[in-house]
Formats: sequence, C-alpha cells, structure tokens
Amino acid sequence: MSENVLKIEHVTMQFGGVVAVDDLNLEVNRNEIVSLIGPNGAGKTTAFNVVTGVYPPTNGNVSFEGNVIVENHPRGKMKKLYHGDHADRYMKSLEPTPDKITKLGIARTFQNIRLFKSQTVFENILIAEHMRRTSNLFTAALHLNGAEERAMHKEAEKLLAILELEDVRDDMATSLPYGKQRRVEIARALATKPSLLLLDEPAAGMNPQETMELTDFIGRIRDDFHLTIFMIEHHMDLVMEISDRVYVLDFGKLIAQGTPQEVQQNPHVISAYLGVQEDE
Amino acid sequence: MSKKTETIINVLLIGALLLVLFILEKTLPSTHMLFTVLKKGAIYALVAVSMNLLNGFTGLFSLGQAGFMLVGAYTYGVLTIPVAERANVYMYFDGGLIQFALHPIIAIILAGALAGLFAYLIGLPVLRLKSDYLAIATLGFAEIIRAIFQWDKLGPITNGSNLLRSYPSYKSVLFYFVAAGLCIALIVMLINSTYGRAFKAIRDDEVAAEAMGINLAHHKRIAFVISSFFAGVSGALLAMYQTSVQAAMFKSAMTYEILLIVVIGGIGSITGSCISSFLFIILSEWLLRFLDTETYIGDFHVPLLRSGFRKVVFAVLIMIVVLFFRKGIMGTREFSVRGIYNKLTGKKKKAEKGGGANE
Repeated sequence: MSENVLKIEHVTMQFGGVVAVDDLNLEVNRNEIVSLIGPNGAGKTTAFNVVTGVYPPTNGNVSFEGNVIVENHPRGKMKKLYHGDHADRYMKSLEPTPDKITKLGIARTFQNIRLFKSQTVFENILIAEHMRRTSNLFTAALHLNGAEERAMHKEAEKLLAILELEDVRDDMATSLPYGKQRRVEIARALATKPSLLLLDEPAAGMNPQETMELTDFIGRIRDDFHLTIFMIEHHMDLVMEISDRVYVLDFGKLIAQGTPQEVQQNPHVISAYLGVQEDE
Repeated sequence: MSKKTETIINVLLIGALLLVLFILEKTLPSTHMLFTVLKKGAIYALVAVSMNLLNGFTGLFSLGQAGFMLVGAYTYGVLTIPVAERANVYMYFDGGLIQFALHPIIAIILAGALAGLFAYLIGLPVLRLKSDYLAIATLGFAEIIRAIFQWDKLGPITNGSNLLRSYPSYKSVLFYFVAAGLCIALIVMLINSTYGRAFKAIRDDEVAAEAMGINLAHHKRIAFVISSFFAGVSGALLAMYQTSVQAAMFKSAMTYEILLIVVIGGIGSITGSCISSFLFIILSEWLLRFLDTETYIGDFHVPLLRSGFRKVVFAVLIMIVVLFFRKGIMGTREFSVRGIYNKLTGKKKKAEKGGGANE
C-alpha cells in the first residue's frame, strides 16, 4: 500500500461560471491528522464533497490508497465555460455515488449534524452494518438471516462500548446535547469501518470545554482505529494542537501548507484568515 | 414479559379473531353490512400499509397507488375468467385474446408481480424526483395506466372500458383477512429487517444515508416495487370482493382515500393504518350512510341530508384531523401486546418501538 492514503490532484470545481475550488493539490499520509482551514466560502466543504462523491469535480482526480476513485474532465457545456488549467490532462470520467466511496473506506461527518432523527443512538450506528450485508432482500425480509442480524447488533454494541456511548444507547439521537450528537455522528462514521475519516467542522458550535474533549477524542480514535483523519476546522486551538499538517484554502486556491507552526507564521495566511495582530 | 409469551399471545389473539369471524359468518346472514365493512376494511388496510411503506417508512411521497391497484385488479380479472364465460364478457371483442384461466391464488400473485413490474418501469424515470414532484409524476403515471387499460385497441385483453366480470371469487370474510394479514405481516417483517432500517435512514436523511453506504437509487426502487406489488395484490382482492371491475373506478380520488387513511392512522404506523382503514370504511359505508338519504321525521324534512352530504361531513372530519391531530391516531407508534403489557404494569420504556401487526 502506498504511503499517501488520499491524494487530490489538480481538482477544480466550477459551478456555472463560479470557481469554488481552483486547481487543488493535496496529500494525506497514513495515520496523519491533516487539517484544511480557510475563511468562509473558501471551498473547503466543496473539496470534501468532491472526495466523497457528492459532486463530480469539473477537472482533476482523487486517488485513495493508490487507486483513482474520482476523475473528470470538462465536458459538454463545461468545455466552453471552463477557464482553469490542465483541461486536457485527464481523459476518464469516473463519478461514483457517495455510497460507493463509503464502501471503499472513506467515512465522513457533516458540518450541520445529520443524524437520523427518528432513531435511537443504537439504531443510528446499526445502519452502517447494512452495507456489509450478505443476505438478499428475500432472506432479510423473511428473517432467515438471524446469524447475520445478531452479528450486526454485536458489532454495533461493541462500537458503543469502545466509544463510551452505552449510557445513551436507547436515547433518541437528536435529544442529546450538541457535543454528544457530534460524538454519535463520528461513531456512526466509524461504524462503516473506514481507513480515512473526513470530519467537517467537528467542533462547530462547541464551547471550549467540549472542544478540548473532542481534541482528545479525535486523537484517541486515530490511534484506536488506525485511522487517517482529514478535517475542516475553524477552532485554531484544536487545529494547532492535533494536526500534523495544515493546508490553507482561500477563494478556492491553496495559499499555504506545512506544519501548524509554519502555517501560523505564513504572512499570506495571516492576512487572509488569521488576521493581523494589532500592535499594542 | 418474554418474547416467547408475546408471540404466543399474538398467535392466540389472531386465532381468536379468526374464530370470532368464523362464528359471525355462521350466525349472521351473509348480506349483513358487517361483512362488507370487514372485507373492504381488510383490503384497504393492505393498500394503506403498502402506501405507508413508501410514504411513512421510505419518505417517498408517491400517489400512484390506485394505478397499481388497477393493474392488479385487471390482471386478476383477465387471467381468471373461466374460458366458457369469455365469449360473454368480451362480447365486443370476439371473446378476447386470452383463452385460458388460472387458479385464483396464482392470479393474485401474478397481479402483484405485474404491478411490481409496472412500478419498476415507472420508477426508472420517476424516482429521480423528490417530494412534491414525485407525487405529481406518480399521480400522472397512475392516470396514464388507467387510460391505457381503457384503450379500445387493447380491448381483446382488457375489454376496453367495459366491465370485467364472471371471474371466480371467495365469499368468505376469512379469506380476505388471511390474505391481507399475511401480506401486512410480510411488510412488517421487511420493515423490521436490515432493509427496513435502510429505508428509515433514507426517510430521515438522504444525504447521511448515502454517506452510510446505502445505495439510494437501489433502495428507493426496492421500496417502490414492493409497495406496488402489495397494492397490486390488494387490487386483485378488491376485484374479487366486488365481483366486477372497471378501470373507471381507479381514479385519483381512490388514491386520496388511501392517503387519507394513512394520514389519519399516522404516517409511519402500520397498526395506525389498519385501525384507520376499518374506521374509515365503517364510517363511509355504514354509519354515515344516513347522511346521504333524505329523511323525514314525522312530517319534518331533516335539512341538509341528501345525496353527497356525506362527503361534506368527511371533508370537515379531515380538516379537524389535520388541524388538531396532525400525527394521526397513532403517530409513528405501534399498537402491540408488549406495549399494552408495559402500560398496564407501569414499566417504563425508553423508546417506543413497533410490535407485530395485530391483524
């Protein structure tokens, strides 16, 4: 297996005439925690959506574990509208739906929590087992897959125990406090047994105490589940503390990359995102 | 209460229900209104549950149920009319094309299968749509199905816009209960399986469901085809119950009736759909009948009571339900032996969860 788990090459995402992501190149290596930061509207979530198959990119490709999983080039109407580079570099168009990407081993959470609201925490996590089913519609509907069904429940229970969510097992997912909901969403993503986890603003709306707990939690699951983590985050404390490397996006373009310290010193980043410190 | 005792109680209840029906059938005259209500109620319960599978459990707002019932009803009629009767039924089409008759049970299954096939084909374009757009498209397709079945050129098969009749039918109310109950039990088992969990995930959040590795197109198609299969079966049962069938009765008004049953019963509740379908049929066929007949008390002519007034009262009832009982009778809860037991013994449940269909 190659060392970089995720590799994004020359990805451009253009909606009509608007360029949301412009020629993005980045790599995430095994067992790293990599953060993608940048001001609002910089195209961070769009980049996530390209990786997870929500949108096919306009141009460029994405590889996972050394295999190209998403690739596209300007076609049809886009051919005329496209004003990026490398228009002739990619020939294939590979546009898997998000469920296929998940099956490959990339899981994600969402910026605004998307738990299954009419279901309990346990049921939320149990759903991930569905994609590994070996029963077909008839054996499942006639309840002939008892062994598989028990195995599914056991897996979900096990995950709940590891993540210390047993006490809220039968609570409605959306009745939990915000920080807990985030944790359940991450647990649900882990239930798909990913090797790469994408977190879209995991600390959004959290207070400093919750953010600190989350920081520990992310570090812990990386080690426990042998994960590679790629996340979007605004809380600089969290980013600086646990990231191995940071990429900075502004207006769809990559303006800086490096270790947290390097990025923090970078004048482009300071003027675009972190803000200039006023002299006292 | 253990799972075993629960199962035993359920089986006993179902047995008792069937026994009561059997005794009623032996004692009451077969023309009694009660049997009409029970038969039609069972058929409507099945179609309402099949609609609930789509609208309540998968979150696909589809209004094509009447169209798929029509496919089922016609398949059953066309395939079971005895060969000797065909010349009579297809009098305008030289006895029709089909010159064989199948066993009613096989025809019922084929009725569902053909409705499912229609659903598969319609689903290819239609299931790309969401919410209201899906509702409009399925409604349109249901009307197209009706128009096709009434088409003169297909007369040798469908008898055009004329009646299909003389096909065999079961008279016993037990048959309708067993058939509908069996189908509803199958739907409940599907909902409680891993596929059912996937359907509910799609209902709650499509984007998240997809991110959990659920193939949206595939699962929506499964739900649509299965729902239509059972709508087709209920159409066949309806044809049987009515002893004659005509495409003109499967108008969109029929879909609205079923939708009404689903909404009153609670979107996402199987037992709710069953209860409300019997309630609906009892009211519309029996208890509220008097509203449609002009009545005199002595010399006094009771005002308002005339043909069509029943519909007005119904409309008011619907408005009351929609305004004050938005979740219907049952909401998304289920009526189950365990639920009652827990209530009686005062045991606290953390989450309301479904039991079996008490058909």
